[in-house]
Amino acid sequence: MDIKTIIDKYKAYRDKRIAKKGPNTFKRSVTRSAGGDVGIFIILGIVAVIMVLPMVYAIVQSLKPLDELWVFPPRFFVVNPTLKNFTDLFRLMGSSWVPFSRYIFNTVLISVVGTLGNVIFSSYAAYAIAKIKFPGRKFLFSIIVYSLMFNATVTSITNFITMSLLGWVDTYLAIIVPAFCTTFGLYLMKQFMETNVTDAVLESARLEGANENLIFWKIAMPMVKPAWITLLMLSFQGLWNTGANMYIYSEQLKTFNYAISQIVTAGVARWNSSRRGWTQWW
Amino acid sequence: MAKEKAIIRSDISRFRWTLLEMKKNWVGYLMVMPFFLLFFIFTVVPVVLSIMLSFTTFNMLELPQFVQMDNYIRLILDDDIFLIAIKNTMIFAAITGPGSYLLSLFFAWFINELRPKIRAIVTLFFYAPSISGNIYLIFTILFNGDQYGIVNAYAMKFGFISKPILFFADKNWIPTLVIVVALWTSLGSSFLMFIAGFQGINQELYEAGAVDGVRNRWQELWFITLPTMRPQLMLGAILAITQSFGFGAVITALAGFPSPDYCAHTIMHHLEDYGGTRFEMGYASAIATILFFMMIGANLLVNKVLRKVGS
Repeated sequence: MDIKTIIDKYKAYRDKRIAKKGPNTFKRSVTRSAGGDVGIFIILGIVAVIMVLPMVYAIVQSLKPLDELWVFPPRFFVVNPTLKNFTDLFRLMGSSWVPFSRYIFNTVLISVVGTLGNVIFSSYAAYAIAKIKFPGRKFLFSIIVYSLMFNATVTSITNFITMSLLGWVDTYLAIIVPAFCTTFGLYLMKQFMETNVTDAVLESARLEGANENLIFWKIAMPMVKPAWITLLMLSFQGLWNTGANMYIYSEQLKTFNYAISQIVTAGVARWNSSRRGWTQWW
Repeated sequence: MAKEKAIIRSDISRFRWTLLEMKKNWVGYLMVMPFFLLFFIFTVVPVVLSIMLSFTTFNMLELPQFVQMDNYIRLILDDDIFLIAIKNTMIFAAITGPGSYLLSLFFAWFINELRPKIRAIVTLFFYAPSISGNIYLIFTILFNGDQYGIVNAYAMKFGFISKPILFFADKNWIPTLVIVVALWTSLGSSFLMFIAGFQGINQELYEAGAVDGVRNRWQELWFITLPTMRPQLMLGAILAITQSFGFGAVITALAGFPSPDYCAHTIMHHLEDYGGTRFEMGYASAIATILFFMMIGANLLVNKVLRKVGS
């Protein structure tokens, strides 16, 4: 079957669907050639496989018994899948003096609180900068842009001093509170507030006497839903990956990711357990 | 409302105008306050302090001593490795920056053509490499230097090579591999943001465009979609710049630190070296400041290019 027949078949299929369900079924079919559609599907398919293959390999590795991990020549797929690595991981985790569940609790707490705070703080500030014309907003915004470009290694000393002045060293606050004010969050929300929220709607709401807080929650936020969902995901995921942190000493306050990395570094004896660990936290 | 309108800008001095505006829009300050309070404490103050530190020598034990421009002079005239680092960083940034930006944009655009349910699944596929913090470590196993590495094993089986290649110890291979892995993980936050951006575009614009004579998807992209998404394009560019210049962890994980012959030594590594290992914080701050200005320069350049979009 050559490419031409595929395109023709797809075109027939597309026309049939458009006839059945109306022109909105396939978006704006006037500007879309069938050949282009097929080309995009093929490219997407190939690249999706490239993207996913290493991940599949990680999962397959986690199912391999130890003797299969070191077979020559290496096989991509597993012959005798086993869950032993998983049980090993839990046994190993269970034997550490801080219970495994504590690490998970820490990670969940940090991720949930940090993410909510980040979305709310950033959205409020973004709404004000994009839609309320107060003097100084352009200046504040340019500070944001440039600070994104400064490296965190050297600012960490100052941050450590700040944390100890605040008395936050070795508490959850040291991780959670700085997560509230990410540059990325504000920038993302601000850009979407600019494109998606129309001034006319805001003006009419203001004339009706709605206060800015109400407008923010009832009008602006629903209009930028794709943006805050994105921020929610990215922020949660970023915090979920919180590993060892210079502000945290107590073992009880450390995160799941930290615990896993301890096992990964424990070496080849735990090679496959650690592979399981990787698979687990995404 | 009518009374407020009566005061127009030319009637009063600039200063009084600003004051009036400030009073009228006080809610704005209230809304940005929580964010900026934290932001100043945790970001702006540290950045300003470390720029100041870059004019001193500071070993974290004694008080900083002012040495004027010595750190910068030493960096540029005396530090051979720093020059290698600058060269490598420029090369990496020039390839991975535009590379990851265009990849994110085009794949987001392609995916946006799909139907919603399929779109969600494909998005997950593409985003998957960025979800896990260090899943790229799997590449050390794929490209393992001995015959147990998948790539070596298959290349030997089919007779391309006769003995295994030490991929991550060979300075001819490291830069290429590191760039490939970086691009593989690069469909990250800007990719998701572009997808959100495509979805936020008002569909009526496309209908109007079709009436006005937009005939194919490329015209639609160039004349309607991209100009509408300009704010997101700007943010994507900044993210690409910070990502591609601040590219260190991936290299360290794959090629080690320092990498063989400094072949993949970037400014980030140099910074880690002086800041994290030798505790020469003044010197490290000077490196960070130079990196900072390089990124600002790149940003200005990119903004110039982006202004041409849709014209």
